[in-house]
Amino acid sequence: MSASLPDTAPASPGEETPVRRFPTAPLFLSGPAALLFAALVLTPLFLTALLSFNQFDYATGRTGGFTLEHYLAVVTDEYYLEIFLRTFRISALATAICVVIGVPEAYILSRMTNPWRSIFLLVILAPLLVSVVVRAFGWSMLLGPEGPVNGALIALGIGRMKLLYSEGTVVVALVHVMLPFMVIPVWTSLQKLDPAVEQAALSFGASRATAIVRVVAPQILPGILSGSLIVFGLSASAFAIPGLLGGRRLKMVATVVYDQYLSDLNWPMGAAVAVILLAANLIIMLTYHRMVEGHYRRRLG
Amino acid sequence: MSFLELKNITKRYGPLTAVGDVSLSVEKGEFVSLLGPSGCGKTTTLQMIAGFVEPSVGTIRLDGRDITRAKANSRGLGIVFQSYALFPHMTVFDNVSFGLEMQRVPKGERKPRVEEALSLVHLSPYAKRYPRELSGGQRQRVALARALVIRPPVLLLDEPLSNLDAKLREAMQFELREIQRKVGTTTVMVTHDQAEAFSISDRVVVMEAGRITQIDQPYRIYEHPETEFISRFVGKTNLLPGKVVTATGAGATVSLAGISVPVETAGLSVGETVTLCIRPEKLHLTAPAGGLLTGRVADRFFLGSQWLYHIDGPLGTLMVVTPNDGSTPAEQGAPVGLDWSPSVVRVHRGAMAEAPDVALEVTG
Ligand SMILES: Nc1ncnc2c1ncn2[C@@H]1O[C@H](COP(=O)(O)OP(=O)(O)OP(=O)(O)O)[C@@H](O)[C@H]1O
Ligand SMILES: [Mg+2]
Repeated sequence: MSASLPDTAPASPGEETPVRRFPTAPLFLSGPAALLFAALVLTPLFLTALLSFNQFDYATGRTGGFTLEHYLAVVTDEYYLEIFLRTFRISALATAICVVIGVPEAYILSRMTNPWRSIFLLVILAPLLVSVVVRAFGWSMLLGPEGPVNGALIALGIGRMKLLYSEGTVVVALVHVMLPFMVIPVWTSLQKLDPAVEQAALSFGASRATAIVRVVAPQILPGILSGSLIVFGLSASAFAIPGLLGGRRLKMVATVVYDQYLSDLNWPMGAAVAVILLAANLIIMLTYHRMVEGHYRRRLG
Repeated sequence: MSFLELKNITKRYGPLTAVGDVSLSVEKGEFVSLLGPSGCGKTTTLQMIAGFVEPSVGTIRLDGRDITRAKANSRGLGIVFQSYALFPHMTVFDNVSFGLEMQRVPKGERKPRVEEALSLVHLSPYAKRYPRELSGGQRQRVALARALVIRPPVLLLDEPLSNLDAKLREAMQFELREIQRKVGTTTVMVTHDQAEAFSISDRVVVMEAGRITQIDQPYRIYEHPETEFISRFVGKTNLLPGKVVTATGAGATVSLAGISVPVETAGLSVGETVTLCIRPEKLHLTAPAGGLLTGRVADRFFLGSQWLYHIDGPLGTLMVVTPNDGSTPAEQGAPVGLDWSPSVVRVHRGAMAEAPDVALEVTG
């Protein structure tokens, strides 16, 4: 900076005036993404929220006016309560299993040397290339009454079991679909660790297990946290898996929304359920985020 | 037998030999420094002793036990890593306490020991902070406290003081030396600061491109460097190419660009090409005609306790260091004489290597 005082010195003509301008570059750079977000996410969301307050006439199928009856119906009806509880139970279970499987998987991956690491990373990511619908059908063929799993059970003398259309099946299939979303953030945060830190723990006589629990795990907690949020959010709003593997009876929230829109044609009701799911999801995720990250912000930055 | 013994240790990374055929014996309670330019294999050597890098060839013995393939967590060494490797999610106190916890020291005993270690490195007020809330030098001292607190039989220090200011560094050097004297900890320290290596080590190991080129007491390394590389790397030196003109049983005369100077090295043969090394502080400034050479002050630098002169003369520019005794220094451009005693001249056989590599001249 020059030695002259820009505040007091009058700007001579032709010279650039040292005025503090509003920085426009960030605006231009984030503009396209913001516009896209507004057009594709906020607008439909806003319209859905509006729709959820409309009245619905069963006789004519017409909508309009203003009412809170859909919300009241959802909140007071035990049928909906059960579906919400089931959705969050299944999602929480799928998330927990993803943590238990995905974190060690990411750790092992990070310890591999290169040809193998790339191969296994590809193996973990490859399922993402196949449509969720196809994978759900895969599970239903595998677990169906005539599928190979039941075939094996019969051959072992255990007998045929009803595997499809149960919560367990939905959880297993969700874990299968969601696992990459846990492995990737954890793997990324493992990449950022200084290997010397784990070595330091070993040098003080810590066993490998102690070093992992006391030194590695706390450092990758932010990665586990973001993985959990992604998995939970995607599971709670999952549609294809519960739709295809949960059958008619085992409904989750997303399948109920679908039913309201396309079977009952009660769009405002479907919209109200969707808005409540969004709100509940947000509250659960924010609370979880607060709880875990608040604890670690000061330490890990 | 020595306490820690490295025998023909080699570490290869693909085609690169990071450490080649290193043999070193360290006695119990000894303080040994590894000194050498960046990338010469100091850290790799230390990591092999620590057990984080497996030697390609060779054996390491500690207290009579072959530990070459032993697990790192069974060696019981105290280590300061070059990157500090603090536990970022633990407070300073917990970082230091971790080693004691692993040794199953009872909780009541841990606290006073951690506090003692922290006060040793002047960090008592920082016990509750997290590493990311500390400066580089403070982190380094946490690393040091963490290694000292477990009172290990062997301390491996990888540039443990590189980030401290001169005063603190001196204080820490003193502490290290004290601990080592009192407790008798065997210490291997990596450093590229030769002043540090000299002031606190019993012996200094000079490494060059993965190999050990000299193991000796600090003063012998300085006064009798075995290679021209060492004389250039360790301290400042004047290198003068010459030819032997006469040789007797006890000494010789060397001609430096037509000027004959006596040396006290025996066994030289007439006509041989040699390089003379004279440390700047061994040269004296005299009246213009009173020395072996005459010259002119090209430049002078005030170093506090000393003056450093660059003297232009018939042999090129020579460095001279004189103590600052309070008298008026020689002026720039003034004619001076240069004198030295034949006993301070070190003779290396063979021609001088390429011009001194500035990058390798570590100041200290
Ligand atoms: N994991 C590795 N893979 C390949 N090469 C390596 C590896 N670790 C070290 N090297 C190489 O081995 C040589 C010695 O490295 P080392 O870390 O021991 O140097 P150093 O003497 O400690 O240097 P500095 O003073 O800069 O710390 C260097 O050339 C380095 O590039
Ligand atoms: Mg190093």
